Amino acid sequence: CLSKPPLSAFTSSGSPAVLARLPGSRVPPPANNTAPQPPLAMPTVSVGRDRLFAALGRVYTQDEFEALCFDFGIELDDVTTEKAIIRKEKHLEEDVEADGDDEVIYKIEVAANRYDLLCLEGLARSLRIFTGSEATPIFKIASIPRGSMLQMHVRPQTSQIRPYVVCAVLRGVTFAEVRYNSFIDLQDKLHQNICRKRTLVAIGTHDLDTLQGPFSYEALPPQEINFIPLKQEQTFRADALMDFYRSDMKLKKFLHIIENSPVYPVIYDSNRTVLSLPPIINGAHSAITLKTRNVFIECTATDLTKANIVLNTMVAMFSEYCENKFEVEPVEVVSHDGSTAIYPDLSCYKMEVSLSDIVGPIGISLDETQVISLLNKMQLQADLCSSNREPCISVSVPPTRSDVLHARDLAEDVAIAYGYNNVPKSKPKSMTIGGRQPLNRFSDKIRAEVARAGYMEVLTFVLTSHEENFDMLNRTDDGNKAVIIANPRTSEFEVVRSSLMSCLLKTLKHNIDHPRPIKIFEVGDVVSLDTSRDVGASNNRRLAALYCNSNSGFEEIMGLVDRIVKIVRAPHINFGQTYYVPSSEPEFFTKRQCKIVMSDGKQVGYLGIVHAEVLRKFGIPDPCTFVEIDIEALL
Amino acid sequence: WRRRSRRRTWRARSSPTSTPTARSPTRAPSPPIKRLRAFHIIESTVRHGVVPPQDITREAWVLTDEAKGYAAGGSREVHLVAAIPPEGASRAALKEEFGDVVFDIARKAAAKNKWIRFERGIVLRTVEDTTDEMQELLKRVENGEVVPDLIKELKRRKLVTKEKVIWYSLKKGPEFVVKRKTLATDVTREHLKSGDWKDLEFKDYNYEAQGQPIAIGYSQPLLEVREAIQNIFLEMGFSEMPTNMFVESSFWNFDALFQPQQHPARDSHDTFFLKAPATTTQLPDDYLEKVKQVHQSGGYGSKGYGYDWKRDEAEKNLLRTHTTAVSARMLYKLAQEEHFAPNS
Repeated sequence: CLSKPPLSAFTSSGSPAVLARLPGSRVPPPANNTAPQPPLAMPTVSVGRDRLFAALGRVYTQDEFEALCFDFGIELDDVTTEKAIIRKEKHLEEDVEADGDDEVIYKIEVAANRYDLLCLEGLARSLRIFTGSEATPIFKIASIPRGSMLQMHVRPQTSQIRPYVVCAVLRGVTFAEVRYNSFIDLQDKLHQNICRKRTLVAIGTHDLDTLQGPFSYEALPPQEINFIPLKQEQTFRADALMDFYRSDMKLKKFLHIIENSPVYPVIYDSNRTVLSLPPIINGAHSAITLKTRNVFIECTATDLTKANIVLNTMVAMFSEYCENKFEVEPVEVVSHDGSTAIYPDLSCYKMEVSLSDIVGPIGISLDETQVISLLNKMQLQADLCSSNREPCISVSVPPTRSDVLHARDLAEDVAIAYGYNNVPKSKPKSMTIGGRQPLNRFSDKIRAEVARAGYMEVLTFVLTSHEENFDMLNRTDDGNKAVIIANPRTSEFEVVRSSLMSCLLKTLKHNIDHPRPIKIFEVGDVVSLDTSRDVGASNNRRLAALYCNSNSGFEEIMGLVDRIVKIVRAPHINFGQTYYVPSSEPEFFTKRQCKIVMSDGKQVGYLGIVHAEVLRKFGIPDPCTFVEIDIEALL
Repeated sequence: WRRRSRRRTWRARSSPTSTPTARSPTRAPSPPIKRLRAFHIIESTVRHGVVPPQDITREAWVLTDEAKGYAAGGSREVHLVAAIPPEGASRAALKEEFGDVVFDIARKAAAKNKWIRFERGIVLRTVEDTTDEMQELLKRVENGEVVPDLIKELKRRKLVTKEKVIWYSLKKGPEFVVKRKTLATDVTREHLKSGDWKDLEFKDYNYEAQGQPIAIGYSQPLLEVREAIQNIFLEMGFSEMPTNMFVESSFWNFDALFQPQQHPARDSHDTFFLKAPATTTQLPDDYLEKVKQVHQSGGYGSKGYGYDWKRDEAEKNLLRTHTTAVSARMLYKLAQEEHFAPNS
């Protein structure tokens, strides 16, 4: 270990982690074929640039638009064209002719809890309100007498599979092709997002003029359901339909939601026309076309709160195309126990918050008028509060802002509208004395000491394979030792390490060509089952060192242990004259291994010359000596 | 009399002051030394105050072996003539005596000198005595004489070859010493003890060479970065939280932080759930009730999520996905204190 650069896992694959990694070190692909898309990625909305600017009422340069997005709290992620998208999907070369046009498309990333920004309509409206060119719309429920309202009757069997349904009507809409596409896309985005891939909520939209109310939401055995599904010509029985869709790329992943249920949810109109088989597919009969004027929306769900959010989002986004702008026609849902409810519930959530509760957490000083105008920019209708001694603001949160739960959310929006970069920085007002955890301070001292002894520190993975943790070390698993992972992605992450031994041996293997002697160490945690703790497991801080050379280095490691024993001696830490007790563990050679014990007989560690079988399994050609010490016991 | 080999041999002058002349090259000392070694010896004289050598290249004509034979014993043509009896000799007889090749060469040379004539196949002398000019000439060349006009003939007859000789001229420099002085490479205990250090002269040190590699230990770079980050917080007065517990319950990791139970972060995609130990059943019940209420219906200023919160979801164990889970535990612990105040 002379003048060469530090041991690393700059393995042959060139991966730069200073951790022990496997040969061919890319992260191995997941064991099961689940979708690779990371669910926590911010949703991305694709909007035609020119359509967007038309909706915003002015043209922006890309820089100007990026600045606007940044201020609002969204991000312009990518600029592309439909042609380029299709080309990419089909993996075509640059100059090959592809379908799609050259319309510039902006891909904008929005927060995952902003369902009102998932389509061009909502995005443009929010930006217009933010820039002050428009006021927040007030959504109205059309005044229809109770008796004339459309009804949706809910049958009791639905509680077995999908208990809730909410509905609404949009009257007198005009669908041009782009609006229609936007309408379909929003449903997709919501299904992906808040609906958790249709498991929580599923949306169905229909041409009301093809149907006859009242509607019924039922759950029937699949053999009793027959209809012509969307895009098909012939009638299918529901169970056969499941098989039919097994090969459909888009729909096959939703089949599991209902396929094993004795009853499937289904919505009928009064003529027993099937509107939809939620959450799978709508009926062809009520399909929406560009000529549709009146839209019936139904959302079936296992979570009523989310169903309402979804319905509200749909109507809030598209009611601007109704004959009476922002007016939605209600539907009465009649439950099997006789109770009724009217949807959509577009009521605003009223909050009364003191001024200090809004500006205090941000750290700015604004008066009520300023705060009110900032809130209004964010679609949060704010007004002076009549009551109270201290300044107070009453806020009416519209149905489009279902993400606002608490006064803190109001504060956040005020901060965004104010501009995060405009918030002044300040120092903490109270003085405190910092401090380290004693175990960590102690660990650092030990680490420094071992490094001074000429050892190279390594940092290895906490997760490992069952084989490396047991078999490869000649150790057996009695089932009471290791913490086992229920859903490992690969065999590399099956258990949490019980010892640092396999980690160091693996690191050695990947750096085996390093000049001799190779001396590596690590101070880190291992985890074991522990019934004395609430969670049933606990960490243990260990020091481990490995020496490898053409000779075993047994005395070298003992020398290191002598040094450790010497420096940790304290009134309560006693080692006698000799602290080695011979042992007979299978991972070491016999007569060249021992336990390290304190004067009261408590074992704090062990060391030995690594057994040839273990070396062979790890692929190490030279003799090694290994030591592992529980340093918590020496604290 | 040494055989001259193809390789150049260096000659060291015995006297440092005299210069070589063409006339008197001195013999190389015996036993003969190889070129490289001689060169090193010469170079090392520089250390002893000898001025760096100049090299002088001389070219000289030297006799071939054949020619040396003639120089010593007389030329062939003379022998040939001497071998012809007064009555003459037949070609055949002479050929037999001298050999075909030699006879031919000697005959030509003798004929040229008009020493012989031919009559009806008999070779006859024309002169009584011959002066062996050839021998004279060869001897002169051997002695180092330069004979530019005749050299061509000798060359043609392959009696001479050109030899290049490089001489080194060494002169005494101002620091010339006869006794060789050893330079020191290092100071030792003996030098100090004996006082010899006063006479020490050091060999020049090559500062451009690398130093001796040393065996050292290393700190892990990521951990050094971690330490730097820790110091930033410590210097601001932050106290470190105990994070040495990798296994955590969903309650502390998610629910106490109000992450809803159907949130994608709690998917098996993103979280390592555990088979063993699978659940945590020991949770602070009264706190758990409050957490449940807030998830379901709100409270403490919040609207809540409006869904059914399940305890067994919260009991699921996992590998901690963020240290904020520790913050949640710490906050709970702090809240149990009588009096909440900054830690100082």
